[in-house]
Amino acid sequence: MSAMTTTATAQPALLSIGNIYLLIGFVVLFLVIKTLQDKDHPKRLTTALFWGLFGSVFLLGDLSVTYLGESLTYRWVGVCVIAIALLAGMGKVSMGSYDVPSDEVQTASARRIGNRLFIPAVLIPVVTVVCTILLKDIQLGSLYVFDQSHVTLAALTLACTIALLVSWKFTGGSPLQALGESRRLVDSIGWAAILPQMLAMLGGVFIVANTGTAIQDLVTLFVSPDNRFMLVVIYCVGMALFTMVMGNAFAAFPVMTAGIAVPFLIQGHGASPAPLVAIGMYSGYCGTLMTPMAANFNIVPAALLNLKDKYQVIKVQIPTALSLLFINILLMYGVIFND
Amino acid sequence: MSELNFLPLSGILVVILGFALRFNPLLVVTCAGIVTGWAVDLDYLTLLETFGEKFLNSRQLASFLLLLPVIAILERYGLQQHAKSWIASIKGATTARILSVYFVVRECAAALGLINLAGQAQTVRPLLAPMALGAASNLHGDLPKPIRDMISAHAAACDNIAVFFGEDIFIAFGAVLLMDAFLRENGIAGIEPLHIGLWAIPTAIAALIVHLFRLARLEAKIHQQIARHTEQQDSDGPAAREELA
Repeated sequence: MSAMTTTATAQPALLSIGNIYLLIGFVVLFLVIKTLQDKDHPKRLTTALFWGLFGSVFLLGDLSVTYLGESLTYRWVGVCVIAIALLAGMGKVSMGSYDVPSDEVQTASARRIGNRLFIPAVLIPVVTVVCTILLKDIQLGSLYVFDQSHVTLAALTLACTIALLVSWKFTGGSPLQALGESRRLVDSIGWAAILPQMLAMLGGVFIVANTGTAIQDLVTLFVSPDNRFMLVVIYCVGMALFTMVMGNAFAAFPVMTAGIAVPFLIQGHGASPAPLVAIGMYSGYCGTLMTPMAANFNIVPAALLNLKDKYQVIKVQIPTALSLLFINILLMYGVIFND
Repeated sequence: MSELNFLPLSGILVVILGFALRFNPLLVVTCAGIVTGWAVDLDYLTLLETFGEKFLNSRQLASFLLLLPVIAILERYGLQQHAKSWIASIKGATTARILSVYFVVRECAAALGLINLAGQAQTVRPLLAPMALGAASNLHGDLPKPIRDMISAHAAACDNIAVFFGEDIFIAFGAVLLMDAFLRENGIAGIEPLHIGLWAIPTAIAALIVHLFRLARLEAKIHQQIARHTEQQDSDGPAAREELA
């Protein structure tokens, strides 16, 4: 179990990954303060605690590794994670109260600002891609601007900053106001914002527990490791099925990829990793379309739309999902083998 | 092959049960981690450290938080209203065309990272489903409930499929960062998120073709079902007509 390869070869950079985590930490801290100031919040203290614990991992994580060592840091972060899960599990995290301008006011300002409203939103991906491709090597003196091992994330951070300044110019709303406004969005996303990180964690536990090996054993019971096509089929169909069980492709991905793709396809047959994981994840998404476990996407809309059959969204999605799974299998088989 | 050990799979059972019983997903996932650790005899401090280590090392997944202030300020100044009036200005609307246009716009926007610009609650219910239903009733008059449901379900499906198969192209999206982190942790070096994003494009195009093809046939399906329904109604007499209202 090695940590991510960030510190070993890290060159000093302005937008280093550590600084980006600190920035996220400060954003979350600001949201916590705003939550504490929200007197009409029904679960003010517990919601603030939830985000405070989350934010502390960003603000203090790296500092703590330096001064307390890895082992102790991982322990308190682990405790935080369990506390976060308990707070969410007991329903102690909720929306607060927000001062949102009326629809008329928003429509009037939409008419005033017009298509310029789209510009900052479009700037984010454009600046991110441009910086990632063209500007990743720029230096100020001996200092890189972008963290060389996390170019994309550093570029995204810069893009968000630029977009924030541009929207300040077009809308007249200050960056501080923007931060405060984002509490409404963060709260409406709520615990789901932390789910990907939790699922990554579960994936990590599965790796330590050798769940992948158990699946690998299961696979070798049924398929010969020499049969490339069947391995691709098993990986893609396995991603879809396991995603249907877990309700989320993020959770299925580390287990199925460690269990099937890495040992049999990458190590066994020299498959190319980038298309393998990209298409593998999309095979998982085919599963997401077919499962009630993915409640937010499949069950909640049926309720929102007052459908008589709560599985009707899933039923409509199945033909597309199955066609795409089939296409993914052929595509993966066609592109991952270089020889 | 020696003795097979399937105990590590016990966490998967917890997840199935937890979701079936509708517990909070964060709690379910944490419990699944604890049960898995317990099933394979991991001592509890090691398990706690694994929790902490993985959570700490996947912090890049939270980077979308940096996007929210921009979206939030734009929304306060009417981004959604502007997007609505912009979509409403598209002429020649039929159910299939509205859904197809939405699908294309939504998938492209997701590919550019604008995932939270729309969604089931924000756009499908208030905007997309009513527009798709409106276009159908322009052509056919009042719609019976099964057909209304079919069109609404298609609207919801459009949003899901478009956003799913568009979002992985955007290199700063959680899934791409997760894949990147996974490869690094498994000692597979030299893959930038950009490579993964590029390889999401073929499937994204396939999704576009497959689903637009299905939507193209939706219009005929609506015609057909309306015709069948009218036929049935004529033979059933006015009693069935009452049921619709």
